[in-house]
Amino acid sequence: MEKRGFTCIPHTDEEIARMCGVVGIASVDELLNVLPGELRLTRPLRLPEALSEQEVGSLLRDMSRRNTSTDDCSCFLGAGAYNHYIPSAVDHIISRSEFYTAYTPYQPEISQGTLQSIFEYQTFICQLTGMEVSNASLYDGASAVAEAVLMAGRITGKNHVLLSSTLHPEYRETALTYLEGGGVSSRVLPYCPGKGTTMIQAVEECKDDIACLVVQHPNFFGSLEEIEALSRAVHDKGGLLIVAVAEPLSLGILKPPGELGCDIVVGEGQSFGSPLSFGGPYLGFMATRERYLRQMPGRIVGQTVDRNGKRAFCLTLATREQHIRRARATSNICTNQGLSALACTVYLALLGKKGLMELSRLNIAKAAYLKKRLLDVKEISAAFTSPCFNEFVIKVDGDPEGFLEELLEHGIVGGLSLGRFYPELDRHILVTATEMNTKEEIDRYGEVAEGLFARSIEETRR
Amino acid sequence: MEKGRELLIFERSSPGRTGVKPPTADVPEVDLDKVLPKGAVRGDIEGFPEVSELDCVRHFTRLSNENFGVDTGFYPLGSCTMKYNPKVCEDASRLSGFSRLHPYEPEGLCQGALELMHELEGYLAEISGMDAVTLQPAAGAQGELGGMLMIAAYFRDKGEARRKVLIPDTAHGTNPASCRLAGFDVVEVRSSRDGILTPEAIERLMDDGCAALMLTNPNTLGLFEDNIEKIASIVHSKGGFVYCDGANLNALMGVARLGDMGVDLVQFNLHKTFSTPHGGGGPGSGPLGVKKALEPYLPVPRIRKNGDEYSLEFDRERSIGRLKAFYGNFSVMVRAYAYIRLMGAEGLKKASEMAVLNANYLKERLKGHFHLPHDRTCMHECVFTDRLQRRYGVTTLDIAKRLMDYGFHPPTIYFPLVVDGALMIEPTETESLQTLDEFIEAMKRIAKEAEEDPHLLKNAPHTTGTARVDETRAAREPVLRWTGSPPTNPDHCT
Amino acid sequence: MEFPKDLKYTKEHEWVREEGSVVVVGITDYAQDSLGDVVYVELPQEGGSVTKDEPFGVVESVKAVSDLYSPVTGNVVEVNDAIIDSPEVINDDPYGDAWMIKVELSNAEELNDLLSAEEYQKYIEEEK
Repeated sequence: MEKRGFTCIPHTDEEIARMCGVVGIASVDELLNVLPGELRLTRPLRLPEALSEQEVGSLLRDMSRRNTSTDDCSCFLGAGAYNHYIPSAVDHIISRSEFYTAYTPYQPEISQGTLQSIFEYQTFICQLTGMEVSNASLYDGASAVAEAVLMAGRITGKNHVLLSSTLHPEYRETALTYLEGGGVSSRVLPYCPGKGTTMIQAVEECKDDIACLVVQHPNFFGSLEEIEALSRAVHDKGGLLIVAVAEPLSLGILKPPGELGCDIVVGEGQSFGSPLSFGGPYLGFMATRERYLRQMPGRIVGQTVDRNGKRAFCLTLATREQHIRRARATSNICTNQGLSALACTVYLALLGKKGLMELSRLNIAKAAYLKKRLLDVKEISAAFTSPCFNEFVIKVDGDPEGFLEELLEHGIVGGLSLGRFYPELDRHILVTATEMNTKEEIDRYGEVAEGLFARSIEETRR
Repeated sequence: MEKGRELLIFERSSPGRTGVKPPTADVPEVDLDKVLPKGAVRGDIEGFPEVSELDCVRHFTRLSNENFGVDTGFYPLGSCTMKYNPKVCEDASRLSGFSRLHPYEPEGLCQGALELMHELEGYLAEISGMDAVTLQPAAGAQGELGGMLMIAAYFRDKGEARRKVLIPDTAHGTNPASCRLAGFDVVEVRSSRDGILTPEAIERLMDDGCAALMLTNPNTLGLFEDNIEKIASIVHSKGGFVYCDGANLNALMGVARLGDMGVDLVQFNLHKTFSTPHGGGGPGSGPLGVKKALEPYLPVPRIRKNGDEYSLEFDRERSIGRLKAFYGNFSVMVRAYAYIRLMGAEGLKKASEMAVLNANYLKERLKGHFHLPHDRTCMHECVFTDRLQRRYGVTTLDIAKRLMDYGFHPPTIYFPLVVDGALMIEPTETESLQTLDEFIEAMKRIAKEAEEDPHLLKNAPHTTGTARVDETRAAREPVLRWTGSPPTNPDHCT
Repeated sequence: MEFPKDLKYTKEHEWVREEGSVVVVGITDYAQDSLGDVVYVELPQEGGSVTKDEPFGVVESVKAVSDLYSPVTGNVVEVNDAIIDSPEVINDDPYGDAWMIKVELSNAEELNDLLSAEEYQKYIEEEK
């Protein structure tokens, strides 16, 4: 029987023989003999046998069905990954192979598509955040925070860092991992138990020389932080204010951090055109003031002209980066999140100014309705008093895990139990509502919750 | 309007135009003044565009026409492994059971995803000869950082002060950058005249103040590091680790395993070896494999399999923590998984064999026309220089720009740094003999043009929509965003 | 390539012109040629100090970065701010308008360690 061919490997036996002839060898094996004999594998790799394309398709479909996606449940999860509607055109555009099978635009003459779209992306980020310059993307919100903290260290020359406890716990963990290499100390600032926002006095009382304070806005609890006041407090200490925006849809409505005294804005761009995709790939963004430009990591696209005077774009200020500065680079980042940045650019262009503002308002309205509906249940209360965007924290009578498990039986993923991140919040759940949650779904959540508590009171009585 | 003069999306804006509309509110509207504090609401988003869906689609479609991908033509970018991405892998990543899965859903609802990740870890471990793999790093550079942080943590636990890492002069820039980020000092090791590392050079520098040697194998000259076993034993004898940058793994699959050569850690580049798309600069994925001794230090969470059930383990005392939120670039993992299932052991081995054959074929046929600094069997890539063309005033840059006129993407230029005027060519196994021969013809013509008409090359490219770009001006006068002021170039028209 | 005879040179491709107790420092024609189009330069502050063989600044082109090494030890009495705004002058006039810093010497003997124009030219030829 004929040996199996592989669609990705075009060589026929005849061609292989011809090529070997040119190279002056009898077979490819001779080429591989440059490896020391004892290293040559004498057995095949222990991997499943090759499948046809049809079989691979079938296998992966089955595997995907062993997941319950947001298509098949009512999902009220957020916490750094947001269930938003992605307009059809986004996927059509990023599926154009001229975009997705290209690599880093090192040769600008044949990469104007990638380069111009990154230039547009950089512009969008500046417009939304109110900052002056943006890079071409980082891996995600968490590593963007880490990079910003290192950047603040380079700018200020100081090595003590403040991280708010209301910063996404996984963002904080990532920053701490990155800081391990640098002899930088850090402290986590407490939050006001009533408001659910960063305790400003904690900044004011800090005695050390701080490089920066990192605050998330809206924060992990969904609450709006008092950015201007925090900015004053940290600047008084000679440090920089870094604001992390995990839900950038909020920038459609909220005053941008750039107008509130922030020095570096970072965040997670997943809400803009990237699917939930079990956690990645997402999109880290970073924007800052022009005076910090040379300390900013990541690729940057700049505008210029070609030999004929035509406007053109190219990668620029590359001397900050690893391939030139090597050990003294601002970061080690090389491949970033190119296609995710393109998805973001297309998404924002499709929504446009009015669409973005309208969608932001809709998210606030949905969350407000969810809050009202849930607080109507007497066993559920609001954890914090501060205003929020599309997420907030509820406190339930009884065990939150049990509550969520029961909701699950009704096809509702009710939110994220916070006890695993905040031991003191052992009855608390972070709930989120976006334009993807219908009024019916929200009403149902309320009804089911009511029913659950009623039943359990009944059972206790018996 | 002339073809190729694409406006920015902001310049195409027309006030009042709408693109995609959000759904009408089915919940009561909120009075923002009541729910948000005073002064919290922003003013107008100045300059934000208002375009129709058609405007938007045409804009990006036209931009795509000004791009060049693997699907467009031969893309022999050395060390990037620009191989063809099978479309079935793309489709797999878009299955809604994967793409619409929230990372914080209860584990019971994510068993398919966890299974895929667990199996992928196993495949990568098997291919490389490592004991444990994490899929968390978002790209190769992050994998490197993770590996170096793990090494640092290991020695911290042992109470050993080891501040140095040995790195060859042929290393990719991310290597020293990652080491510095992890808190190490970089000590450069010179490669020999043969382009590879010698045991003597390592012996001279390796001591108990060195935490590791960070090498690439095959190296960035496309050469197999012949002395790797001896070198590894020298490093190990002084208590250090051997880290291998796995960017060039495409030469070794099914042929040899890094773990058998004394390598203790390796990061994979799924967007290179495992055929996930390059995306115009990402997203990639840089899983990290390690030997047993370092397994406790891997980032959290780990994926555990108990019978038929998969779960996430967060409680690991010695873990270095996290490199990013959530679990890694999952939809990239889906593509890599699908690719490995498509190819199987036999296909991956054939891929490496043909990658090496293709590179050697190119090397043999080009070597009369371009200077080949290391005339010996190469692995999956080969490096030439512009030395023969310099006598006509033609440089590597000019050769690269002229290749675009022939419909090819240029190879990697000016890397590795140890070779002056380097042209690093990596064909990959997905290219046919026909394509290679076309490329060789073009290169031969260019060599001739260098001799007979150097100006043609110095002013190339001529046939692309954009002529040679002024990168100096971009750096001297940085314009990094659109600001709404009219362009200074009057030639740009509306 | 130019190697003005009235200047002294270093192996790091800086030139030195003596003006009494002060020396003027810049980078050579060979240096600017190797770098390509200079896009950015970082210089120390006036009043700061420099140490022989230690970096005092950075010069960047599109594709390369180079540290600037001080040929002498002393105090920086003047800095050429004009080239910070117009780094291209470094390519156009490396020995004239593109002077970088003026240093008040603390140890005149250090000048003996510098190369003459012939020695520097020879050094470059051997490097190639």
